Amino acid sequence: MGITDILVTGEPIIYAAMVSIALVSIAIPVLLTYFKKWGWLWREWLTTVDHKKIGVMYILSALLMLFRGGMDALMMRVQLAFPDLGFLDSQHYNEIFTTHGTVMIIFMAMPFLIGLMNIIVPLQIGARDFAFPWLNAMSFWSFFIGAMLFNISFVIGGSPDAGWTSYTPLSGAALSPGPGQNFYLMGLQLSGIGTLATGINLMVTILKMRAPGMKLFHMPIFTWSTLVTCFIIVFAFPILTVALALLTIDRIFGAHFFTLTAEGLPMMWANLFWMWGHPEVYIVILPAFGIFSEIIATFAKKRLFGYHAMVWSMIIIALLSFLVWVHHFFTMGAGAFVNSVFSISTMLIAVPTGVKIFNWLATLYKSKIEFTVPMLWSLAFIPSFILGGVTGVMLGMAAADYQFHNSYFLVAHFHYVLIAGTVFACFAGLVFWYPKMFGHKMNERLGKWAFWIFFFGFHVCFFPQYFLGLDGMPRRLFITNVVEWLPLNVISTVGAFGMGLGFIVFVYNVYYSFRHAEREKTGDSWNGNGRTLEWATTTPVPFYNFATVPYVDEIDPYVRMKEEGKTTYDESQLKPIHMPSYKATPIIMMAFLGLASFGLVFEWMPVAIFGLIGGVAVMILRSFDYDDGYYVSVEEIKRIERKARGL
Amino acid sequence: MAKTDKKVPMNHVIGFALSLIMTLLAAWAAIQSDLPVTWVIVFIMVLALLQAGVQLFMFMHMTEKESGGGAVPWNMMFHGFALAAILVAGSLFTMSFGFDHGDHGDHGGEHEEHMEMDDSEGDHSGH
Ligand code: HEM
Ligand SMILES: [Cu+2]
Repeated sequence: MGITDILVTGEPIIYAAMVSIALVSIAIPVLLTYFKKWGWLWREWLTTVDHKKIGVMYILSALLMLFRGGMDALMMRVQLAFPDLGFLDSQHYNEIFTTHGTVMIIFMAMPFLIGLMNIIVPLQIGARDFAFPWLNAMSFWSFFIGAMLFNISFVIGGSPDAGWTSYTPLSGAALSPGPGQNFYLMGLQLSGIGTLATGINLMVTILKMRAPGMKLFHMPIFTWSTLVTCFIIVFAFPILTVALALLTIDRIFGAHFFTLTAEGLPMMWANLFWMWGHPEVYIVILPAFGIFSEIIATFAKKRLFGYHAMVWSMIIIALLSFLVWVHHFFTMGAGAFVNSVFSISTMLIAVPTGVKIFNWLATLYKSKIEFTVPMLWSLAFIPSFILGGVTGVMLGMAAADYQFHNSYFLVAHFHYVLIAGTVFACFAGLVFWYPKMFGHKMNERLGKWAFWIFFFGFHVCFFPQYFLGLDGMPRRLFITNVVEWLPLNVISTVGAFGMGLGFIVFVYNVYYSFRHAEREKTGDSWNGNGRTLEWATTTPVPFYNFATVPYVDEIDPYVRMKEEGKTTYDESQLKPIHMPSYKATPIIMMAFLGLASFGLVFEWMPVAIFGLIGGVAVMILRSFDYDDGYYVSVEEIKRIERKARGL
Repeated sequence: MAKTDKKVPMNHVIGFALSLIMTLLAAWAAIQSDLPVTWVIVFIMVLALLQAGVQLFMFMHMTEKESGGGAVPWNMMFHGFALAAILVAGSLFTMSFGFDHGDHGDHGGEHEEHMEMDDSEGDHSGH
């Protein structure tokens, strides 16, 4: 097979994409060489095991993926508002809604949140890094390379086109021949390894590495949400891993797990997919709840109302999230009894969710709210998310779902929860913790512009879609020149471009603030309103986080520390700090496994086997690596701390 | 903290080899062997139990001296089994319980034909 056989041809948009990809991939090495930055990039970033740097890389990649998924979205909206323009053909449209959904959930929402967890959780619990820093780096590279593998399908081989749910039999070898669907399988499999490893890693970190004195019920609420999320990850992701592997075996090696022929069970895919898929939507919403809780408490300047109820409701949500998956295929034809059981379990989830909403409202009640940018995102989240949740309960009524299912009503529901929940939280959390990451805040005025534009764009885009759904417009529909639907579709497209504009302002703000924002002098960046340990560190955070580990035996420990004029730093207690060394093995190992996956996508077995052997070889190499890290001397710590604290 | 222990972890190596061998045996039983289906199933089940045992005893620190003669992670094990139960029982429940196979069945006359259809489909979901 020659190179021309696998390149996607015949589409102006794709040629444009190829040219831009080629330009970018030439520009990056040229610039790096010109500024002599290769060594720096390799030493400081590509081989790092520092949780803060890995977190930054996660967030940058997630923003990139948000851009990619956003472009997909805008192309779909153009097609839907101007169906006669012939902007996309139906095949292209199928590919775009598939990559949009997959990229947004797997390569944008999760990595963004995992990036924030990476940076913030160790700081919140007084730890110096993850429990397994090497594994953390490996997780990142597995996600990143998985994401890249998925994304090149656009220009090489052709994108998957069976929806982000990849339902069989459509996604099987018989009905979707060629590499497209393999890209989906291998991209998700590769990045799934990383997610699972991160789940274990963070779970151990939180359970084993908390500051002395800190009980579980002293932990900041974002750390709690991370812990609960990790449990869901650890229990849900193996299901996806197995389902993907079975479908891969079906497609590449000719098995019949999900095929129409030879007694395969196509519906079993939907069943397994949603056994992972529903917990997955809670994987992306619980950390968001945690972020909003932190921000609301900080800018309401009160302790979070009902901390214990908040924690327990998250735990209950996590348990219930494993018991509702059938609500995604009520229309499959299981009996009324089966549907009723899952209808009730679905509606039950609304109860702990409601508890959380009331707790946020109670936190805000009679408080002196400071309307900063992160707080605006958080306040906007509450009513918007309620719209998503209430329509979710409507969808949860099995009988009614026969009407709503696969209509734009559903599309509106999950965008209301995913955007007003997860995306708002990502923006809010990024702005909120930005000074911890980069040593300066984001500009408030531009931030407010970005917020308002995005917020209005969002509602203008998705509110009409509820009514389009009620008017009978199905999802994943390519032809929409039905006169009754056109006005609302045009409005929705206008809103989508509004969101795009909001995103541009947001990204411009990153650049603008980098150039112009005042550098932070204290660690407690938000007018001294910080409540938890991350604000007790200096800015920029030293690579070992805490020179001396603080003792914590209450919720919001930093509030009291400030009242008593204390810091976490006690020079008389300094001891050498044990830190992990940077390693090249994570990126090399995942590059080999990425190559193996690429080989499997095209079913080039020699390439796949070579990559696999390479990956295993690095794994063995790593097993015989006895480097246990190094010690930072007391003198050096003293020097760094004195400089940072102006002592 | 930074203790460097260069001993080869024989337990892990043996466990790793055992788990690979058992996986291959299971694959062989299903694909290559001439055993009757019931025996294949029994064989695979037994292997699965052994496999779980290998994981727990050789990798999960169940018997490690350092953790006080074995810290048994009952909590996580319980959750693991609970999830497995949900997976299996839940799939059986949703995939084969009370299926009405679409619309047919309410029309009286064509009973014969529907019986046949129900049978063949019942067969499917039974797997
Ligand atoms: C009160 C809580 C919620 C309830 C009762 C609920 C209920 C439902 C139901 C019944 C469906 C299936 C509808 C159909 O296919 O016809 C659905 C779909 C969906 N929900 Fe929710 N939901 C809730 C919260 C959430 C949250 C928090 C998220 C994510 C952050 C979410 C994301 C999704 C997604 C992505 C889909 C569509 C998946 C697809 O078919 O592509 N939901 N929801
Ligand atoms: Cu769901």
